[in-house]
Amino acid sequence: MSTSPIYTEFHPRWYRKRTGTLWWLRRRSYLVFALRELSCVFVAWFVIFLLLLVHAIGAGERDYRRFLDWAANPWVIAVNIVTFLFVVLHAVTWFNLAPKAIVLRARGRQVSPSLIAGANYVAWAVVSAVVAWLVLRT
Amino acid sequence: MTDTILMQVSRYRPEQETKPTVQEYEVPLRRDWAVLDGLNYIKDHQDGTLSYRWSCRMGICGSCGMTVNGEPKLTCAAFLTDYKPGPVRVEPLSNFPVIRDLVVEIGDFLRKLPKVLPWIVRDTDKPTTDGEYLQTPEELDAYKQYSMCINCMLCYSACPVYALDPHFIGPAAIALAQRYNLDSRDDGATARLDLLTHPDGVWGCTFVGECTRACPKGVDPAGAIQRYKLTAAMESLKTFLLPRGAR
Repeated sequence: MSTSPIYTEFHPRWYRKRTGTLWWLRRRSYLVFALRELSCVFVAWFVIFLLLLVHAIGAGERDYRRFLDWAANPWVIAVNIVTFLFVVLHAVTWFNLAPKAIVLRARGRQVSPSLIAGANYVAWAVVSAVVAWLVLRT
Repeated sequence: MTDTILMQVSRYRPEQETKPTVQEYEVPLRRDWAVLDGLNYIKDHQDGTLSYRWSCRMGICGSCGMTVNGEPKLTCAAFLTDYKPGPVRVEPLSNFPVIRDLVVEIGDFLRKLPKVLPWIVRDTDKPTTDGEYLQTPEELDAYKQYSMCINCMLCYSACPVYALDPHFIGPAAIALAQRYNLDSRDDGATARLDLLTHPDGVWGCTFVGECTRACPKGVDPAGAIQRYKLTAAMESLKTFLLPRGAR
């Protein structure tokens, strides 16, 4: 034969199943994955919120008071609560991931994964308590 | 009378249909029969046109991965009695193009795998007269879990990141890169770094963990990926903080 066959990567007769729109509802882990992806919108919102706060503080007391009044709007509080929940979701994922990422050996043995996760949760609680004390002290 | 179980098998015959259909077969339900034995029974006694891959029947070759009742499984290790009273739905592995019936096209994985250099890379080879490269049991333990991978691709089938972004290098390839990175005889970690830290590398993973649940050999690809993220982050930090000679 004079012509060589043409092989293409995308064969017209291979069947490619389309990923359904609701694929992320099939498993809990997929749902959590989709929620983590969605959370970027709320994290971006909180970055803007913080920048506005810093700007208001820099602009003087009147602007700062105005910002606080705006931040007390029910819808702003609602969005911030949702944002907080998403950030907690990230934090929990991170702390559950930590023992997978950190593999330590001590005295010839692997340090227990629950110890590494536990240390992360304790550090989280301590830092949160310190921040709460700084913010709430009068 | 012998017990039987209904198998609902996905068929795709590209010369006569444009999308898969389901064909039902009644097969004997025997205590020691896996789903693969059911498929072999169909092939031998009921319908010789059914196409699927298999080889060793003992969870080593990694050929017989399929979707059984929605879960990626090695069909040689999924027993029919565990699906009693049935039906048992057998489909091709998800996230791969289907060539025919239960046979999927695995070229994507086979093209990605060698990119992570899944072999021992040496800066300098010592002469064979110096003997083997010896390892302590601890050095073996450091990578042994990841060396159990049989390239069955169940992890790719379970991974939603791979489903949405086929450029993602994927769980098994990263776990195998780690298998060699953690080997005391290997010097190839730097050569693997660029590929693994590429946006299609470890950072594509968001720790869904389905790869680890699907893995029939206990490799824990999700763990390998998270561990490499820490390594990659430390390497990036070093390039910022340390002078060139000290990295």
